[in-house]
Amino acid sequence: MEVRMAVRKSFGAFDLQADFSVTGEHVGIFGESGSGKSTLVGMLAGLSAPDEGEIFLDGECLFSSSRGIDLKPERRRVGIVFQQPSLFPHLSVESNLLYGFRRCEPRRRSIEVASLVSVLKLEPLLRRGVNNLSGGEKQRVALGRAMLANPRLLLMDEPLSALDDAHKFQIIQYLKSASEQFGIPYLFISHSLLEIRLMTERVLAISGGRLAGQATPEQLARSRMGQSQVGYINLLKVEALRKMGGMTAYRWGTQELFISASEESPPSTMYELSSRDIILFKKHPEAISARNLLKCTVVDTFPSGNKVGVELLCGSETLIAEVVVQAADELAIQAQTEIYAVIKASSFRRLG
Amino acid sequence: MLLLTSTDYDAIRLSVKVALTATLLSLPFGFAFAYVMTFLKFRGKTLLEVLVNLPLTLPPVVIGYLLLISLGKHGWLGPLLESLGVRLIFTWKAAVVASAVVGFPLLVRSIRLGMESIDRQLIHASRTLGARWLDTLFTVVLPLSRHGIVAGSSLMFARSLGEFGATIIVAGNIPGVTQTIPLAIYEYAAAPAGESAAVSLCVVAVVLSVLVLLVHEAIGRKLARRD
Repeated sequence: MEVRMAVRKSFGAFDLQADFSVTGEHVGIFGESGSGKSTLVGMLAGLSAPDEGEIFLDGECLFSSSRGIDLKPERRRVGIVFQQPSLFPHLSVESNLLYGFRRCEPRRRSIEVASLVSVLKLEPLLRRGVNNLSGGEKQRVALGRAMLANPRLLLMDEPLSALDDAHKFQIIQYLKSASEQFGIPYLFISHSLLEIRLMTERVLAISGGRLAGQATPEQLARSRMGQSQVGYINLLKVEALRKMGGMTAYRWGTQELFISASEESPPSTMYELSSRDIILFKKHPEAISARNLLKCTVVDTFPSGNKVGVELLCGSETLIAEVVVQAADELAIQAQTEIYAVIKASSFRRLG
Repeated sequence: MLLLTSTDYDAIRLSVKVALTATLLSLPFGFAFAYVMTFLKFRGKTLLEVLVNLPLTLPPVVIGYLLLISLGKHGWLGPLLESLGVRLIFTWKAAVVASAVVGFPLLVRSIRLGMESIDRQLIHASRTLGARWLDTLFTVVLPLSRHGIVAGSSLMFARSLGEFGATIIVAGNIPGVTQTIPLAIYEYAAAPAGESAAVSLCVVAVVLSVLVLLVHEAIGRKLARRD
C-alpha cells in the first residue's frame, strides 16, 4: 500500500498542511488529540475534501483540486473503523456485517463471510441486535463489517480508545490477525504510542496540523522517552508461569522475572515496564528488597529530552532504562560495559 | 346518545379522507425538506426555514386567503391549474391543500428532530462501506428517522382533523362536498337548534383525536421494542 498526500485544509484557526508519501502494510499516524489525524483520515476516505492538494492511493488519484477530481467515498474502497463502532442500530449483527459485503462487486469479494466470522469469533453474535453487545464485541463487528466490504485500505481511527485495557489488547490480536490473514493493509491512527508500537511497522508523527516526521515506532518511542510522562514502555513477552508463594515467576528469554501478579495470571502473556522503573547499579548491590536483579550489558545510549536512554542486553532480551544526564556521567555508562538493573516485582503491568 | 345525520357522517368521512390524504401527500416532501434542513448547508437556509414555519404563526384565515388568491381562477397559479384541467377552489382537494400547508411545519419539525439525532458517523460508515447517497438515504437515514416520521404524521393528521380557518376560506363550507367536522360544528353552533348535533360531532372529534394519539403511542412502543 502506498499513500501520497499533499493537502491543505483550514477550519477556524486550525490549519492542516500535510505532504508525505508512505509505503507499508501496517502504517501508523501518531499525534495528540487535535493534531489533525482524524482530518487526514476523513480526507483520505472522501468524507471531507481538502481545500487544495492531491491524494493518491496505490497510484490512483482520489482527489486533486487542480484537476477537479474528488472520488466519492463509495468509489474509493477505503474502509474505516471509527473510535465508536458506529454499528447500524436498526440492523442485526449479521446484517451489519453484510452491509458492505452486499455492496461490493462480486469479483472483488476476496474474503469469505464464514472465515472472517470465524477469525473474529462472531458466530454466537450473528442473530443478536447490536445495542446489547459489549464495547469489545461491537468493535469486532465494526472491524468485520469494514473488512467484508473488501477495502484496499483500512483506516483505523483510534479504534481502541473507547475500550478498557482488557478489551483493548484482545481487540489488538483480532485486528492484527484479521488484517494479516485477509491481506488488508491498514493505516492505524492513535494518540497512544503503545498502540502504535503494537500495531504498526512505520509511523508518521503529526503535531499541530503539521507532519513532524516519519520513523519506525521504536525510533519514535525512544525519541519521545524524555518528554513522556511514563518514559519508554518496555514490552516484555513472558512465559512458563511458576507460582512461588505470593509471587509469580515468568521466564523472559533466558532470565526469570518475579512479578506481583493476580491469581488469574495466564501461562504466557505480555507485561509493560516503564524505563523509569529500572534502577541501574554500576556494582552488584547488596541486600535489596527489589525482587529482580538482572546483570546486563549496555548496548547503546541515546539522548531523549533531558534524559539519557540506556539500551541494555539482559541475557537474550533488550530493555530500555532511563537516567538523568548527571547519573549517566557518574556511572560512566557507555556501550559494552556491564551494569546491574534492579526492578521491583510490582513495577510490571500486564497488558490485557 | 349521538345524534348524527347523514350529512354529519359525510363530514366525518371527509375529515378523515382530507387528513389522511394531506398527511400521505406531505410525507415525501416533509422528509425531503427535513433532510435538506438537517444535512445541507446553503445560503438562504434561514429564510427557507422561516417560510416553511410561517403557517405555525400566521392566522389560518390568512393562510386560507393567500391560498385562495394563489390558486383561484385569477390567482398566480390559477391559469396553470386551469390549463392542466385541475379545479381546486371549493372542492375537497382545496381542503387537502389547506391542511397540508397548515400541518407541514409540524411534520417537518418532527422528522427533523429524528434526523438530527442520527449519528453522522453512521452515514459516513455507510458511504465508506460502498453505499451511494440514495442507498444511504433509504437504508440508514430513513429507518433511523422512523420515530420522527411517526410522530410528525400523527401530529399532522391530528392538526388536519381540526383544521378550520384556512379550509373555510379556500374550500368553503358545502355540506357533503367540503364540509369537515369543524365546519359542521361551526354551522350547528350558529344555528338556533343545533346544540345537540354540535355536541355529538364534538364527541366524534374527541374520539378521533384520542384514537390518533393511541395509534401513535402503540406504533412508538412497537418501534421502541424493536430498538
